[in-house]
Formats: sequence, structure tokens, C-alpha cells
Amino acid sequence: MTEIIKLSAVELAQKLRAGEVTSVQAVQAHLDRIAAVDGGERGVHAFLHVNAEEALAVAAEVDAIRAAGGAGAEALHPLAGVPIAIKDLIVTVGQPTTAGSKMLEGWMSPYDATVISKIRAAKLPMLGKTNLDEFAMGSSTEHSAYGPTRNPWDLDRIPGGSGGGSAAAVAAFEAPLALGTDTGGSIRQPGAVTGTVGVKPTYGGVSRYGAIAMASSLDQIGPVSRTVLDSAYLHELIGGHDPRDSTSLNEPVPSLVDAARQGLSGDLTGVRVGVIAELQGDGYEAGVQARFNESLEVLRAAGAEIVEVHCPNFKYALGAYYLIMPSEVSSNLAKFDGVRYGKRVIPADGPVTIERVMGATRAAGFGDEVKRRIILGTYALSAGYYDAYYGSAQKVRTLVQRDFDAAFEKADVLVSPTAPTVAFGLGSKTGDPLAMYLNDVATIPANLAGVPGISVPGGLSEGLPVGIQFLAPAREDARLYRVGAALESLLEKGWGGPLISQAPDLASAEKEGVA
Amino acid sequence: MSAISREDVAHLARLAHIEMSDAELDKMTGELGVIVDAIASVSEAAGADVPATSHPIPLANVFREDVVGETLTVEQVLQNAPDSEDSRFKVPAILDEE
Repeated sequence: MTEIIKLSAVELAQKLRAGEVTSVQAVQAHLDRIAAVDGGERGVHAFLHVNAEEALAVAAEVDAIRAAGGAGAEALHPLAGVPIAIKDLIVTVGQPTTAGSKMLEGWMSPYDATVISKIRAAKLPMLGKTNLDEFAMGSSTEHSAYGPTRNPWDLDRIPGGSGGGSAAAVAAFEAPLALGTDTGGSIRQPGAVTGTVGVKPTYGGVSRYGAIAMASSLDQIGPVSRTVLDSAYLHELIGGHDPRDSTSLNEPVPSLVDAARQGLSGDLTGVRVGVIAELQGDGYEAGVQARFNESLEVLRAAGAEIVEVHCPNFKYALGAYYLIMPSEVSSNLAKFDGVRYGKRVIPADGPVTIERVMGATRAAGFGDEVKRRIILGTYALSAGYYDAYYGSAQKVRTLVQRDFDAAFEKADVLVSPTAPTVAFGLGSKTGDPLAMYLNDVATIPANLAGVPGISVPGGLSEGLPVGIQFLAPAREDARLYRVGAALESLLEKGWGGPLISQAPDLASAEKEGVA
Repeated sequence: MSAISREDVAHLARLAHIEMSDAELDKMTGELGVIVDAIASVSEAAGADVPATSHPIPLANVFREDVVGETLTVEQVLQNAPDSEDSRFKVPAILDEE
């Protein structure tokens, strides 16, 4: 039997339907994998919480429904019984939600996020909660209050962030599927540096109800997987209108699975692919640029028309993002004050007033990066600076949108490297916040404009994965799945299999480490 | 644009209710200075005629029927409270007692 954990979600779902594997076996195989590679000094540390009991119970329920046959089995969702990992920014009843922060240590949400309700209804066993930079603020998972996640390709390197836990879990075969959130690249950049697939849907395409808000005009939940088709299935499951999220688009979910299947044929005749001139060259590693150029040739050979597009205002996008995002952070995180839930710290000396309790609580509960962003946001919003900073940043947002509009007149999708570098060493950028911010230079424009983006594996540079990013107009997520699946299938022909099969064998690496 | 001063940071930290030690204030001042310098060009990027965008995909007038929706029980609401009494959140003194 092919090793269960190596199957894609769609392959596993087929075996579950055919009765070749039970969901309990599938969940147990992944729990065993987590036990083997996640813990210990040199473990991947993708998970903050493992939800074994509930996952096995849901799996047993799916197996029983399937065994009983009839209408109940017929009505099962295509992904029923396929296990999934959840980024620990998304609230879940029955499992702790920490947001990677000491502020919420031990906090139990009294309600489920909408995406979690959908996952429960479709009966995907939840394996647990994955690690992230504190409140999703970072590009390396090193800002987690619970220690960093390690990149399964090289345990001394970062798995990207903020959703490094979800990406690493999928890359290390600890889960076939995961949920992430993407505010400036937190799904796509971890996908790029771990050789996996990550999608940021159109803003409003997936409900954010129950995703702990970082920057509400930018945040978006999306799928994480090892194949484009798997993400398409998960995206269709979690997408759609939600009256509990007033920014949710009141429109049907586009047919993404069909688009991915169409793409897998490898034919892109007539598709116009726009190469963003501003998102390559200077600042992009030679190995990243080389894999990017090769992908363009593959797309051209598949019939795509490659055109160059210019987005002159993208050079201001990073700056605008680091004004808008912290401004929203400073407001969204004001609620963590030690009054109604979460940590409360009583000042060691002096009068104990609520004001001083808040100051002590937030001093102890938040890490450095969160404090930096709150202070920066408070600054950008303060009297005298508001027009120059926050107001200007919002105008830049308009300019970035106009750049996208113009580019999409010339091209059906846009393409760039997802991240300027491959995974860097743990600790190499933690002392330089600005260097860390530059990791998101290619992913941020999509969040500012609300357009969807996908990162698919584009090969290796110095033995480490490079990601290729596609962007589409708002509401045209299906185009990403078509083009992404096409590139994936064509590149895999050259590689002789999925890129992830070239990743080192963690189980044996672990043993060597112990010996 | 003037660089961000240590006094600015101390004031902002008070506004944001985050206690900071002297060492933290020094470090934060240096880091924020670098970040603010790097993003200051944004203020010159757009002319006065460019409208501001607050939301990427604007939606207007999102209403729901004025009926009671899902609510949490008092027990659920208080289950994570640091302190509570008589179905209420309990906090230390609101005002300084001099």
C-alpha cells in the first residue's frame, strides 16, 4: 500500500471512497507522523496543539457512515474523512486558540469560525492547531511565543510566516491539507519556501468570521496543500457568502476544481500571462530568478502568451502596507487588555488600577514584533501624522489598484516570484525588522488590492524550494487554479514527480540527530 | 518628516497601554526610526487628486434583519474571564485612589 501520508488529499479521498483505507487509519497515520517528526529539540514543531481524540472520533463517524452505505454515504462531502490542520489564528471550540501569543495562552473560544463550521459539516477530522508568528505578524514563524517552526527541507531554516506551521505540516506529510491566513503573504510565502501550494482568495471570498483579526482590510483565510487540485477542493469547501462577515462577497463560489482539472491538461493556448517588471531583478536571488525564467519558458511552451506589464506604484506598496497594517493592528489589538479574557498581569508595585493592569498585561502578553507594530500604528494614526502617513498610504492603495487594472487589460493573470529569496537561516533576520519585512515585497500588492494569488512550487535553488506566484483580477480565482495546475503538471513532468518528493526524509534525519 | 524621538515612543506606548522599560524604549526608538525612514516616501507618492481606498472591494450598506441572532450564555462569556463576580467581569479600581 502506498504510504497514506504521502497521498494528496484527492488521492486519499478516492481511497476512502473505494474502501481501501479508512479515515481512522488515515488520521492515525498522520498522528503517528506528527509524533515521529514534530516534537523534540530538532522537531519540525508545526503543531501547537494536537487534537487526536476528536479527530479519531470524526474519522470513525465518517467510516461508519460509509460502511452503512446508502444516502448517508452518498451525501458525504468529497473530502469527508481527509484530515486537516488549522492555523492557530482561527478559533475552534474544544481546542485552545493562542494566536501564537502568551496573551491567549489557554484561551478556549466559545464559538467556531465559519470555516471551522464548514469543515465540521463536511466531516474533515481536525488534526490540531498550527504554529504562527504571534498574531500572524512575521515572515518566519520566529515571532511565535511558543518557539519557531523548522523548515522540513532544512531544519536550520525558517518555514516562512506567518503561516509557517501550516506550510511545514503539509510539507512534512503531517497533514495533507491546512488552513492559513494571508494579510501580506502569510499563506503564499510559506508555501514558496516549503515547496507547497498556498492560495490567498479574493478579499471577501472566504469568511473571516472567527479569524482573529490582524488588519481587517487585508486579512484573508485560504487553503494550504501539496497540490493545486487539493487547494481547489478545500477552497470550494470554505468559500462563499457568510452573513456573519459583513465584508464577505455575496456571490457564489466559482468552480475552482473544474479550473484546476482543466489546467492539469497542460494546455494554456490563448492565456495571456503578464510578467510584472517591477517584481524581479534587483533584490531577487539569482537562483530564484533562474527558476522563475524557466517557468516562463514552460508556460510559453504550453501555449501561453507571455507579455511584460509595468506596475510603477508597486515600489510604494511595501511602505503603504507598513502604515495601513500597523494602523489596523493598533486598533484590532486594543481589545487584549486583561479585562474580559486572556492574560491579566497585576503590576508588581504601586497602585493597582485598571489602567496600570492594562499596561502591565500588554507589556507581558505581547512580544516585540507585536509591540513594534502597535506603536508604529499608533504613530501613523496620531494627530499631525495621520494625513501624511495613513492618508497617503490609502492613496497609494488606490494607485496599486490602478496598476493592477491596467496590467489586467494586457494579461489574464500576472506572474512573479513569490518571495525574493529561498528559506533563510533561523535567527538570521530577527535582529533586523526591516530586512524581515522585505520578504513580503512580492506578495503585499495583492492584499492591498484585494486580488487573489497562488504560490506553486517552481523548483529548487541550492536545494531549497522556490515559489512562483500567479495573481488574477478580483473574483477570478479560477484563473489561478487553471494556470497554477498547468505549471505544476508541466514542471512535474520534468522533475519526474512532485517537487516535495525531493525533500529529505525527516524520519531518518531525526534518528541521525538523536544518534 | 521628523524622525521619531524617544519621547514620542514613550508617549505612544502610554497611548497604547504598553508599559516599557528604559531599555525597551531605547531599542524601540532605534527600530522605529529605521522603519519610518524606509516608508516615509509613501507620503510623496500620491497627489492630492488621488482618492483614498480603505477597503479593497467596497461594499456598502450591509444590513441584516433586526432580530435576535445567536448569543452566548453568561457562562460562555465568562469562561475565559481573568476574574468575575455575580455574572460580571471583575476589574481592579477604575480610578486612582489618592
